[in-house]
Amino acid sequence: MAGQTPIIIVAQAEGGDALQQGVVVDEHATDAAHATGEVHATEEAHAEVFPPFDPSTFSSQLVWLAITFAVLYIALSRVALPRIGGIIDARKARIEGDLKEAERLRAQTDKAVAAYEAALAQARQDAGKIAEDTRQSIRADIEGKRAVVEKDLGTRMSEADARIQASKSAALGSVDAIATETAQALVAQLGGDANEADVRAAVAEAKGAV
Amino acid sequence: MADPNKVDPIHQFLITPVVSFGEGGFAFTNSALFMVLTVGLILAYLLLSTGRRAIIPGRAQLVSEMLYEFVANMVRSSAGTAGMKFFPFVFSLFMFVLVANMFGMIPFFFTVTSHIIITFALALLVFAVVIVYGFWKNGFKFLKLFVPSGVPGYVLPIVVPIEIVSFLSRPISLSVRLFANILAGHITLKVFAGFIVTLGALGWLGWLGAILPLVMTVAITALEFLVAALQAYVFAVLTSMYINDAIHPSH
Repeated sequence: MAGQTPIIIVAQAEGGDALQQGVVVDEHATDAAHATGEVHATEEAHAEVFPPFDPSTFSSQLVWLAITFAVLYIALSRVALPRIGGIIDARKARIEGDLKEAERLRAQTDKAVAAYEAALAQARQDAGKIAEDTRQSIRADIEGKRAVVEKDLGTRMSEADARIQASKSAALGSVDAIATETAQALVAQLGGDANEADVRAAVAEAKGAV
Repeated sequence: MADPNKVDPIHQFLITPVVSFGEGGFAFTNSALFMVLTVGLILAYLLLSTGRRAIIPGRAQLVSEMLYEFVANMVRSSAGTAGMKFFPFVFSLFMFVLVANMFGMIPFFFTVTSHIIITFALALLVFAVVIVYGFWKNGFKFLKLFVPSGVPGYVLPIVVPIEIVSFLSRPISLSVRLFANILAGHITLKVFAGFIVTLGALGWLGWLGAILPLVMTVAITALEFLVAALQAYVFAVLTSMYINDAIHPSH
């Protein structure tokens, strides 16, 4: 590459020069490349020539341009530009990596928050359930105990009722007999002769009137 | 220059040997010296400023990166991603022309790009790269470059010669544009600066009269800095567009 570049430049530059100054070198067209340089050099060597158009300096400038530009191109393309490009790429990769990492961390945070929320809701639900269960079981316990007590009381009450009824009827049964005897005795004292059956019927009648 | 008081705006373009290696064209002239300085400055700056490969760039490294991005975007926008293999070439041209132009703005420094042979050689190099790559990549389809698509057949005999002439005139226009801008700017600058010296020699009235060319010289100096940067940019942009023709020859 470095070796070829100068050759191309020199050959084409002289060709182009001939093209530009075609009128001057027309009769030398066959060896234009040499003719331009020589004609100008001999004709204008001692004349006041405008420096940028002085062909005697062309070859030196072209040689040094080829050398310096080749050095510049090779050094830039091999060392300097890959280095700068590498720096820029590394920075871009770093920034993208950091952004991705931040995104990942944020997703992780979101997930943790969601998990916490879920756990909290679960705990709250559990607590409510436990409280409800406890309430239920206590109520059931109380209900059971009350039922037992009420049943006990009911039986005792009905027993007592039965006893009261029994003694009452017993007492009432004795009342009839006593009333009959008393009435018979009263009638006998008054001088009457009371038939026991009549007395009993009268007592029953009186009892019915009361 | 025998007479130091005589103002000669052409003298700045004179090529004088610094070290001569005898006969032949290898004399190390002031032109060669400034080519070496140009290349040396470019490489030294780019390599030293990026030596640390810092992720967070300093000012010097940032300038290198901006130059890189600037030329890379230029090539990508005109020649596409396929043109990026010519990025080092365009970057070399851009930096060489830019720094050579800027060196020329320093007093007593030689301006490499003020010589037609230099700009013409660079333009021909671009031209050679375009033609060689164009044929190597596209074969004879590269000649489609001269046949715009969508043009009716009976117009082609007129259009094709125009296209060929316009293609062949590219290296001339590319080189003359840069050369003439730099040359004319430098001559103008020296002529106006010469007026200051000439008028200043005429006494106090001359001093008064010298104010105008002084202002002009300052203004033209600023303009020349703009031209120096702009011409390097134009050279690089046109190179990118010509390379685009080599990659995509059909219009």
